[in-house]
Amino acid sequence: MRDFGKFRAVNKVSFNVKKGSIFAFLGPNGAGKTTTIRMLTTLLHPTSGKLKVNGFNPVTQQSETRKSFGIVFQDQSIDNDLTTYENMDFHGSLYHVPRELRRKRIEYLLKFVGLWDRKNDLVKNFSGGMRRRLEIARGLIHHPKILFLDEPTLGLDPQTRNHIWQYIKELNRKEGMTVFFTTHYMNEAEAIADEVAIIDDGKIMKKGSPSELKKVTKSKSLEEAFLKLTGKSIREESAGKHDMRMVGKMWRGK
Amino acid sequence: MGAIYVMWIRQLKKYVRSKPRMIGSLGQPLLFLVALGFGLGTIYQKAGGGNYIDFLVPGIVAMTVLFTAMFVGIDVIWDRQFGFLKETLVSPSSRLSLMIGRTLGGATVASAQGLVVLLISMLIGFRPLSFTHVLLSLVFMFLIAMLFTALGTAIASKLEDMQAFPLIMNFIIMPLFFLSGAIFPLDSTSGVISTIAKFNPFSYGVDGLRYALTGVSRLGVFPDFAVLIVCLLVVGAVGSYLFSKIEI
Repeated sequence: MRDFGKFRAVNKVSFNVKKGSIFAFLGPNGAGKTTTIRMLTTLLHPTSGKLKVNGFNPVTQQSETRKSFGIVFQDQSIDNDLTTYENMDFHGSLYHVPRELRRKRIEYLLKFVGLWDRKNDLVKNFSGGMRRRLEIARGLIHHPKILFLDEPTLGLDPQTRNHIWQYIKELNRKEGMTVFFTTHYMNEAEAIADEVAIIDDGKIMKKGSPSELKKVTKSKSLEEAFLKLTGKSIREESAGKHDMRMVGKMWRGK
Repeated sequence: MGAIYVMWIRQLKKYVRSKPRMIGSLGQPLLFLVALGFGLGTIYQKAGGGNYIDFLVPGIVAMTVLFTAMFVGIDVIWDRQFGFLKETLVSPSSRLSLMIGRTLGGATVASAQGLVVLLISMLIGFRPLSFTHVLLSLVFMFLIAMLFTALGTAIASKLEDMQAFPLIMNFIIMPLFFLSGAIFPLDSTSGVISTIAKFNPFSYGVDGLRYALTGVSRLGVFPDFAVLIVCLLVVGAVGSYLFSKIEI
């Protein structure tokens, strides 16, 4: 569980992810997906409950946990004032990857995501798709066992999205890496995930393979199953609620 | 060591690559130097204070270091807003080493900026006592820079966005500067200001720098050094604690 004041963002969420599988964590805006990822990746402590990532406790074994995973955040997290190569090198140093190994992996990964020719360019001149590819490459430099992807294809064109999912599937197949991702594109989740968990209002609504979820909800697609499980009303994210309160205060002259 | 080095080199690269920031941050100290130095110099001399440029330059150099160091420290807020902070916080590098690297980087940048202002001051007639004294002034610049980068980082660790920036500017940086004896001698001020200045760590930085560059000290060079070191240890410890507790 995780509370923010009186607001419970995540409530009795419980699930396991099989090693080497691709796991989709789906939910409407403000359902608790990002909060769950933040707790799993040591950025937030749970208010109560137990977590294990690659067998380590993210609260008491932070360093071991952090070595186990790579992450691509929902928002951009690369340094615009550094070059492609510097961003990679910087990340590798933070993860204690030895210099020579770092150099080899940077070359391999940048070639893998098609950015080797742009290695000396400042990232601030990159398009959204290029930044995403760089973030994925950066998240892999320390050879993590688990890759967290928080809406990795948000705001990208279909071509780039397609490319990114191809990279991820290839990584999962070649390296046996466990992939944990969130997305709002249900067709993507249906096509790529071995298993899906649907979260709403901080609680897990259903968990299973895409075909199981469709069967249980008597739906033709994962999107239809998702809507049956989470309803059709539009959600406000917690940040949105806060903003609305601020606007209300402003109008009331407080 | 790796994390400390990369955090340090990152600050330096960002500084060197941001030419507008480099040039822009020299504007205010140069304006103070020219406007106050030439504007009040004659009055100061007539009042028996001596050469005002000699008095003012250490204060303006210290001011440059203070402002740059605090702003570099506050960079944590930018890193939080633009997502880069998350990237460092999920790495297995300890938060203490991240904090030390950031502080060293900020202090190097701020000291470099102070040195540039000192060199420009020499163009308008300021003469340090000797090269050895310039080296001593670098020690004081670095101490001031470390202390206030750590303070900036500590404050920024508790702030979510840049909306609090004017608050920091008006209620922390400006009082630290104006109540330090950087631009006027504290001997000739009221008892209240003089007393406040004694509790202002920046006063000791200004005084130490003034001793290093002109040989004049009001508070004593060893107390200056001791106060800066103690404040750095305390602020560094508090800053490291607050930085280690950041949740995103």
